[in-house]
Amino acid sequence: MIKMTEIETILEKYQFVQRDNLIPILQDMQDAFGFLSEEAIVKVGKYLDIPTSQIYGLATFYNQFRFEPQGKYHIRICNGASCHVHSNAILIKELQKQLGIKDKEITKDGTFSLQETTCMGACGSGPVLSVNDKYYTQVNLNRLTEIIKYYKNLEE
Amino acid sequence: MSESFYYKYKDFLKDKLIDKSHVALQKADADLIAVIKREKIQKPVITVGVTTPAIIAGVNDLLNDIDEYLSERNVDADVIKVGSLGLINLEPIVSVQLPGKTKLFFKNVTSENIISILDGTFNNYIQEENVLAQQRNDIFETWEYTPFLDELAFFQNQQRLVLNNCGFINPDSIEEYLANDGYKSFLNILRQNTPEEVCNTVVESNLRGRGGDGYPTGKKWMVALNTPSEQKYLICNAGESDPGAFMERLLIESDPHKVIEGIAIAAYAITAQKAYIYIESDYHLAAERLKNAIKQAKDFGILGHDILQSGYSLDIVVRKGAGAYVCGEETALISSLEGRRGKPRSKPPYPATKGLFGHPTVVNNVETLVNIPVILEKGIAWFNSVGTEESKGTKVFSISGKVENTGLVEVEMGTKLRDIIFRAAGGIKNGKRFKAVHVGGPSGGCLAEEHLDTTIDYDSILLTGTSLGSAGMVVLDEDNCIIDNVKYYMNFLQKESCGICIPCREGTRRMHEILENITRKPKDEQGHTTLQRFKGVMQLENLAEVLKDTSMCGLGRKAANPVLSTLKWFREEYEEHIFERNCEAGVCQELRTFEIDVDACTGCTLCAKKCPSGAIIGTVKHAHFIVQDKCIGCGICFDTCKFSAVISK
Repeated sequence: MIKMTEIETILEKYQFVQRDNLIPILQDMQDAFGFLSEEAIVKVGKYLDIPTSQIYGLATFYNQFRFEPQGKYHIRICNGASCHVHSNAILIKELQKQLGIKDKEITKDGTFSLQETTCMGACGSGPVLSVNDKYYTQVNLNRLTEIIKYYKNLEE
Repeated sequence: MSESFYYKYKDFLKDKLIDKSHVALQKADADLIAVIKREKIQKPVITVGVTTPAIIAGVNDLLNDIDEYLSERNVDADVIKVGSLGLINLEPIVSVQLPGKTKLFFKNVTSENIISILDGTFNNYIQEENVLAQQRNDIFETWEYTPFLDELAFFQNQQRLVLNNCGFINPDSIEEYLANDGYKSFLNILRQNTPEEVCNTVVESNLRGRGGDGYPTGKKWMVALNTPSEQKYLICNAGESDPGAFMERLLIESDPHKVIEGIAIAAYAITAQKAYIYIESDYHLAAERLKNAIKQAKDFGILGHDILQSGYSLDIVVRKGAGAYVCGEETALISSLEGRRGKPRSKPPYPATKGLFGHPTVVNNVETLVNIPVILEKGIAWFNSVGTEESKGTKVFSISGKVENTGLVEVEMGTKLRDIIFRAAGGIKNGKRFKAVHVGGPSGGCLAEEHLDTTIDYDSILLTGTSLGSAGMVVLDEDNCIIDNVKYYMNFLQKESCGICIPCREGTRRMHEILENITRKPKDEQGHTTLQRFKGVMQLENLAEVLKDTSMCGLGRKAANPVLSTLKWFREEYEEHIFERNCEAGVCQELRTFEIDVDACTGCTLCAKKCPSGAIIGTVKHAHFIVQDKCIGCGICFDTCKFSAVISK
């Protein structure tokens, strides 16, 4: 559970109640907790004197923000143009099928969460995916299955 | 790391290169600067390119291995982190320089081969497998049988003005940047020129914005300079967010001080006292390096209050964007910086008269700003001699996709597309056939083989129906489907459309739907489905025209480019998808047809049980058969067959 005090420490960094601080505050929240929780959004709204609905509206506009926590294994898969040319669409489909979740979602047991990103910056060795801080390059269907199996086994 | 830095030569550099930057250097001082530039070395120097692609390729482990190697063998050598040479598929790239010998670059260095590479080089023997090239130098002894860096096909037709430091200097060291003539242009204009003079220089240089539209930079500055206001802003747009481009990321990660210098000059020219750098949300390393660079520049008195007692103050703030393609549009970017949704507004008033918080604001792309110090240093006449009549200077392209060398290429404006793809990038991977190149990301378009001899500059590329856009190039080979590629960009655009104007919001969505229709297998052959689908394509053309004419911002106006350009150059591929329901490349999954190999089929009946449309018939232990008319092309039989008896065509 997110403690209110943690939210407050982040807010204290921003001494001036200014609208242009909104996005940096939300980014700090997401960096600290991995997602934007309802209580965090409400608290930010009170602090900056902006309706919660407007903050939610803004947060959903941008791709960066997620509203469900990150799983124990946060999988990011590159959906950049170069990876697409290297047929990553099949991988994304397979990943969604194997985990049973879609972009920005988390599995029921909280083990895996998924995020499609724009170019991750390794276009020379696509398709690329990362699990937490570990990167996998030149992934194909077989390797993908192995990777998922590996992390599933770690859990059991 | 960002808190405090260790400066080795701060007082010396501050005295000679900042406070007295206008005075010629003494011999002894020049010698010391050569030491800082690592032109004169006493012990071996190892440089390791540390940028995002290298990190993904495992450079962090490699750095540990190098440290371990040096301490185990008691070798006294300097290990320096540098930026990227631009050859990102060969990362990690490591260079070794021995005193008195030229610098030697190695490619694809891993934990396994680093020991033999270092062992070999220290014993004057080259590990041939991994050697890339040596750096040209007249003074030092050269290595035998090793090409020079500028002899590599990748570098041969490049002209590096913007990228000249990338891969050679330490991005986290202001001392190295200063020693390499960094901040010289900024300090010079601060001493000698008024803002008007700087603006005039940029106007006369004919520099056009590198963000895509090619609007004259000097003109924009002039407007902002001449609009009276107590507060003005400069924004450096580093929010790349194009899914196929990475030049801004690599440029910032490799040479952040040059970006800061460009910003400082631009801010001075429009008398802005505050500048923002709007950077992509997940460019962590780039943002970190920019923040370090700003901190260092402040420590050296190049930024901050009353710089060099000139009375001019400048503060630069790094702001992370939150991931929205539309924020590449300047009014949307400003709205995002103000803490709102990134929605564009109609122009005029242009940001140069009324921008951030209602004050005059200039928004410039990273590459544009990096060109400024180069122009001031080398002069207008020289800059005007590079490039074509209408487009001056060079252009950085990020080239990726199915090419041998993925990376950053900087060429003179007016270079032929063929030279970029087949010389610098080394042609198509695995000896396949070139099909198309997608230039400019979602707002750009596809060019076919017949355009390989077109020259690349702002105007000639418009004639082919695409735009330079973000200048990302993605190369497609015979295994890629054009329709699938366009569908990918349309899907991206319909997700990224901000939704404020109807043509763009509905138009991109509808175009995506039509493309989906073309690549979907109809459930039955009855009716006029083919006709309907063809009508869809006619609609595509109409829609594209409407979008072009009526959208509010560049995203919508250019959203039709991928569709229009492919309809023009790859019409036969659309027709093949519509009339023959066939995807030659085999990418459009639902258009695949399946057959069962009679010899391989064991008659296990698994596929027949799983088939959702009941298209597979056959009895147990006998070969099965697919009724093509019933098949919906889902591919489930293909996935389930354990004997590889189902063949996809």
